[in-house]
Amino acid sequence: MFVFILRRLVQALIVMLAVAFIAFMLFQYVGDPVSNMLGQDATPEQRAELRRQLGLDAAFPVQFAHFVANAVQGDFGLSLRQGRQVSSLIVERFPATLELSLVAALIALGAGIPLGVYAALRRGRFGAQLLMMLSLLGVSLPTFLIGILLILVFAVLLKWLPSFGRGDVVAFGPWTTGLLTADGLRHLLLPAVTLAVFQLTLIMRLVRAEMLEVLRTDYIKFARARGLSDRAIYFGHALKNTLVPVITITGLQLGSLIAFSIITETVFQWPGMGLLFIQAVQFADIPVMAAYLCLISLIFVTINLAVDLLYFSVDPRLRAEGKAH
Amino acid sequence: MSSPTSLLEVRHLRVEFPTRRGTLLALDDVSFDIAPGEILGVVGESGAGKSLTGAAIIGLLDPPGRIASGEILLDGRRIDNLPYEQMRRIRGRQIGAIFQDPLTSLNPLYTVGRQLVETITTHLGLGAAQARRRAIELLEETGIPAAGQRIDQYPHQFSGGMRQRVVIALALAANPKLIVADEPTTALDVSIQAQIISLLKRVCREQGAAVMLVTHDMGVIAETCDRVAVMYAGRLAEVGPVAEVIHRPAHPYTAGLMGSIPAMDEDRERLLQIDGSMPRLNAVPPGCAYNPRCPKVFDRCRVERPDLMEVEGTRAACWLHSVQTELVR
Amino acid sequence: MAGMFTRFFDGDVWHSFRSSPVAIAAALIAVACLFCACFAEWVAPHNPFDLASLELMDARLPPAWVEGGSGKYLLGTDDQGRDILSALMYGARISLLVGFASVLLSMVLGVGLGLLAGFVGGRVDAFIMRVCDVMLSFPSILIALLIDGVGRALYPNAHDVLAFLVLILAISLSGWVQYARTVRGSTLVERNREYVQAARVIGVRPLRIMRRHVLPNVLGPVLVLATLQVAAAIITEATLSFLGVGVPPTSPSLGTLIRVGNDFLFSGEWWITIWPSAMLVLIALSVNLLGDWLRDALNPRLR
Repeated sequence: MFVFILRRLVQALIVMLAVAFIAFMLFQYVGDPVSNMLGQDATPEQRAELRRQLGLDAAFPVQFAHFVANAVQGDFGLSLRQGRQVSSLIVERFPATLELSLVAALIALGAGIPLGVYAALRRGRFGAQLLMMLSLLGVSLPTFLIGILLILVFAVLLKWLPSFGRGDVVAFGPWTTGLLTADGLRHLLLPAVTLAVFQLTLIMRLVRAEMLEVLRTDYIKFARARGLSDRAIYFGHALKNTLVPVITITGLQLGSLIAFSIITETVFQWPGMGLLFIQAVQFADIPVMAAYLCLISLIFVTINLAVDLLYFSVDPRLRAEGKAH
Repeated sequence: MSSPTSLLEVRHLRVEFPTRRGTLLALDDVSFDIAPGEILGVVGESGAGKSLTGAAIIGLLDPPGRIASGEILLDGRRIDNLPYEQMRRIRGRQIGAIFQDPLTSLNPLYTVGRQLVETITTHLGLGAAQARRRAIELLEETGIPAAGQRIDQYPHQFSGGMRQRVVIALALAANPKLIVADEPTTALDVSIQAQIISLLKRVCREQGAAVMLVTHDMGVIAETCDRVAVMYAGRLAEVGPVAEVIHRPAHPYTAGLMGSIPAMDEDRERLLQIDGSMPRLNAVPPGCAYNPRCPKVFDRCRVERPDLMEVEGTRAACWLHSVQTELVR
Repeated sequence: MAGMFTRFFDGDVWHSFRSSPVAIAAALIAVACLFCACFAEWVAPHNPFDLASLELMDARLPPAWVEGGSGKYLLGTDDQGRDILSALMYGARISLLVGFASVLLSMVLGVGLGLLAGFVGGRVDAFIMRVCDVMLSFPSILIALLIDGVGRALYPNAHDVLAFLVLILAISLSGWVQYARTVRGSTLVERNREYVQAARVIGVRPLRIMRRHVLPNVLGPVLVLATLQVAAAIITEATLSFLGVGVPPTSPSLGTLIRVGNDFLFSGEWWITIWPSAMLVLIALSVNLLGDWLRDALNPRLR
């Protein structure tokens, strides 16, 4: 098992290096960092000086190593749009995105799994078919549209909930949270639901499909032939076997939640990393884009690793790999 | 023929599968019975309906298959029309089942012990500690060494033969009176097959359980069973004591089956086979289903379907043995 | 060719289609939208891009059945006097164009790489699969955003065609992985079949084997994927356009229209954003329904 972890760590490292490389290429070759910093009217001497200062006259591998060293410390230079340290921008915005994603994940899982189980067990009945049709709608509605519709109904027409911003937040050192104030929670609700809908639909469909597969297996047939109760069969055997593959996919979905938050944050003007990124893309603010890319990759790789480990601990067949029979 | 001492009686069972292109009759008027403690072999080609018969008996026909008509009686009580919950209580407790592939019959995520204890507590109402002891006993009875440790292992840690022993232990956990064993050795190595069959025979005799052994292997039938039923195209061709059916087959199909088994002391250039193949369920010929391939066919065979008739010692569905034919000859 | 048609109409797929009212409805809607989009010039009552025909007096009119609306503009007008219904059709055309083009590109790329990986095997296969794995762990929207952003940064003053190309490329590159994996799986299965091995022994060229034997077997799942991906591509394009990084503003797609209309939501002029939204959902839903139905129809286990 130790070997397994080691192998995955090495893989993760390789992916991170590849991503860093792409980010580095962005930095070097997309737009000219010197012009970006000094503007068009700089003299050739000023340019050369800045080049030397930034180490841009060094050999390629040296520059890359420099870049990686800086990146690991979180130093991505200055934002072209705002002139501030990219790292401080990101630190400022990170809590907002994380909170939003986690709450959305909780909603998606908390509703998606039970609904999926229901749709599988009550297959063919009206309730289940209605759920499947709604799920199709959920997949056909782009996230931003869901946000707009929710705003229309709850903010414009009913005026129950606010439609932008984070509301009152409580600060703990560098971290800010909106979970501790009623106002913060009210602001969190619509964006979280918007972000959750797509994932919820996917999870529900996945759980249903997996469960239907499991219910067709021989061991379920044998369990039935042994006269086990429905509860034991469905919630003892079938559910556990269903959730094992669901874990992997759900774990990966968590990562994509963070990415999808880009859209949600734009619609609700939620001050998170996603909004920062989209503004960077619109402005061609390369340092911010590169930093976001690296951070997101780190998060994804970490999540993947965690999911693999979780899988390992849940499925006994994997633990035996490498052991002689 | 049903006697008051029959454990299982199947009377005129018909199982059909409604499909888009019409209704397929998978079992057509099948009747037989099993006495307590008896081992009945059910033999036939793939698709003859052997497994379906077993599935119908334990009430686990795959939809859209359903019992169209007929009765199944266990200890004199009808079980084919019971509501799901009542049938569930019978399953495992009165009728056990063993399926073909031991690898897929066990849930890979649970230990063998957990699966055993679960079955025991469901039917026998024992406490956890007692149930665990009983589970270890069962594993020992089915010949699993170091049962006390292996009870906490997962299915993938057992070899194929060992797994099937676990499956047998599970089927016998609640002391059922009848075991439906659907090709229990087909998926195993030949060297293990004999062990498993003799194990099955021994534990069933010890517990007094009857067995309906479904297989396509006549050798297993000869070694193990008391009586044998031969199925063809969803119908019963012949049923009788093993020795009779094997040495003096009354139905031409059975005779063909026996003839195709090469004898050890014979010198043969070509294996004997029955020409043609079993008809598909949507293309069963009128009259006797075997008539296109039968070497002894005559006119009546092509028109009227024969019921099971008494022949010395066995019963066969063949016009050759009808009294009228005798008279004509 | 004719034989293929008769077999299709006799077969299970067509029968399943005829007996599924949902599939028929979805197909009809999808065809209707496609028709409006293709022939927008003739079907649309106005041309919203002809600046000369716009009348500012008619700006911000609600739909015809609401008080204040006019029969001339069935679904209302936007802040420049453009007819929403017509803008819908032209917008749908752009959305569908980008959607289909991206899927086509993804399909060619994915199927090609999948065949390559499956047939050649070895290090090539391992490499392609690694790339797939890595790309799969990143959500497509992110990949699309990134490529689009890079494209923008590289060519800040690009003219429209280039912007479209970058967009189509971005969406295709985020969607090819599924095809590659599916095709690779089927290729591996077929490659190990005896008749393929026999063909190789005789000396039939690999390309021919791939074309004649592997491709037909793979067509079914690829078709299902493509249908579902069209819906996904349309949604991705709409999202990118909504975020302001999609189609150029001179050729507004449905996503652009929704973004523009969003600003008017609070002042009560809901129709400017709702109708494009409804059209988008209608297209996506009907294509998804078709894809779902197709998957069930082609799945041998469910028959």
